[in-house]
Amino acid sequence: MATKASRSAARVMMAPAVVLLLGWMLVPLTMTLYFSFKKYLPMRGDSLENGLDWVGFENYTRFISSSAFWPSVQTTLVMVGGVLAITVILGILLAILLDQPFWGQGVVRILVIAPFFVMPTVSALVWKNMLMDPVNGIFAHLWRFFGADPVSWLSDASLSSIILIVSWQWLPFATLILLTAIQSLDSEQLEAAEMDGAPPLSRFWHIILPHLSRAITIVILIQTIFLLSIFAEIFVTTGGAFGTRTLTYLIFQRVVDSQNIGLGSAGGVYAIILANIVAIFLMRIVGKNLDA
Amino acid sequence: MGRIQLKSVTKSFGDVQVIPPLDLTIEDGEFTVFVGPSGCGKSTLLRLIAGLEDITTGHIEIDGKDATDLVPAKRGLAMVFQSYALYPHMSVRKNIAFPLKMAKMDKAEIDRRIEAAASVLNLTDYLDRRPGQLSGGQRQRVAIGRAIVREPAAFLFDEPLSNLDAALRVGMRLEISELHKRLATTMIYVTHDQVEAMTMADKIVVLQAGVIEQVGSPLELYQRPRNTFVAGFIGSPKMNLITGAEAQKHDATTIGIRPEHIEISQTEGVWKGKIGVSEHLGSDTFFHIQTDVSKEPLTVRAAGEMSLGYGAEVYLSPRTEHLHRFDAQGLRLG
Repeated sequence: MATKASRSAARVMMAPAVVLLLGWMLVPLTMTLYFSFKKYLPMRGDSLENGLDWVGFENYTRFISSSAFWPSVQTTLVMVGGVLAITVILGILLAILLDQPFWGQGVVRILVIAPFFVMPTVSALVWKNMLMDPVNGIFAHLWRFFGADPVSWLSDASLSSIILIVSWQWLPFATLILLTAIQSLDSEQLEAAEMDGAPPLSRFWHIILPHLSRAITIVILIQTIFLLSIFAEIFVTTGGAFGTRTLTYLIFQRVVDSQNIGLGSAGGVYAIILANIVAIFLMRIVGKNLDA
Repeated sequence: MGRIQLKSVTKSFGDVQVIPPLDLTIEDGEFTVFVGPSGCGKSTLLRLIAGLEDITTGHIEIDGKDATDLVPAKRGLAMVFQSYALYPHMSVRKNIAFPLKMAKMDKAEIDRRIEAAASVLNLTDYLDRRPGQLSGGQRQRVAIGRAIVREPAAFLFDEPLSNLDAALRVGMRLEISELHKRLATTMIYVTHDQVEAMTMADKIVVLQAGVIEQVGSPLELYQRPRNTFVAGFIGSPKMNLITGAEAQKHDATTIGIRPEHIEISQTEGVWKGKIGVSEHLGSDTFFHIQTDVSKEPLTVRAAGEMSLGYGAEVYLSPRTEHLHRFDAQGLRLG
């Protein structure tokens, strides 16, 4: 089907989608870049109609020199790293578990996927009010039942709590991808390893884990993209307090709370740079699993 | 040493008994081939011996020791799988080293064994490649290499040649036979291809629906098939089986005559027939001939090249000393 006519037809038919996607990406990016070099404080009367003052790199220096900046980068990395570690490790274990034949397998698999369908805002509210509430939450009751003092999760262990909530949401995704990968493993390979005298742990380490490496790479890459922009879970639970202010949340605060669009836009550009640094690192570390 | 004994072994999957009670002894150093049509239980039987499936009842003894409840690794057997089951992320060297590494053998001994196996199997130049970079025949050799470095009591082959093309299959068949002569280790080989069975085996076990139909050397099976199933299964092309009036003349329900034991003549003979399809192989010619004695056309071999037109009338004479007679149960008479 690769004739000249079909190739040019393909180009023509793909063009609208490419143009739309490009515009979708380029318009906000250009606007962010534009605002980041302007003084734009809507509450002080700045508006596009009156024209905005050019301030050069002032927004950039102010954003980075703010005492909140580096802690927010650190929080972002800890949160992303924590969620990745939990979802990948638990995901592998769950996938192995779900791969075993057991009664009610179909139903259990659907139940495992369920958290992924819950909206982030809703799941964060459920966790905050029904599970982690220091007075009425299930955890509080559980702690009291064993005679311990209830933990006020979202203030005393705020970052870990949010990592827990986000991990709960993303675990099904990791499990699902890893489960399909495990199912594609040739059972004869495991039998061969068994004949070769490999005990179960060695079979996992030498056969199953290498087989999963590509799926793990995909899980890490996709999750990182989404985890860098976590917002709803923080907004609903701690509102950025108690050391849970990520870079994304800091930008939100600059734009919406402080009504400083120029400063927020500069932060947005830093977020793009951070995302790219993380992406380059990831590609270096795990990306080589994707070829071959 | 590798003498394997199965004592009234059975296997059921749920309610379905795939292997009814079965006894079999495989002598040390013997090349035994399990052969039978698809789904006859030959692979299951091999997996029972390997320990990859649990037997339902009965006992398996390896070298006189009860191995029924031993895990596969402890039985001292090595298996070559149909898909080769090489570890794709490991180099050929690491693939072959894997069983030795699992046995915690020291590095120098591992290297020595790998070099030895690689030179036997012509793999020395490929040791640092991944399985994905090898041809089918080379992968097959790596799988065999992984098996021989362990110096097992017996080798188990599960249809190892079925993924190779015809030319390579003939080559590998010879290589495996040669390997057996050199190592003199017990080998159990599963195949559905009776040509492989005939050419390689010391002892053939013909299976059907989990039941052993006959055990014997290739020539025993060829010359004295115990029943009509073995008669029809062993030999290529298949033996002609004739029932009805013609069989009655020989006091049998079914008579069998191999294509190579029928004389063909244009002037005189016992049976009269018409030539159907002719297959010219150069060395032989096979005619499918429609006769009055049987509904099925008879297959007849003529040595060398022989040209007879479609529909030509010919006469056939079976060589009576090679006639096989079977009773109503399909069992051999005399």
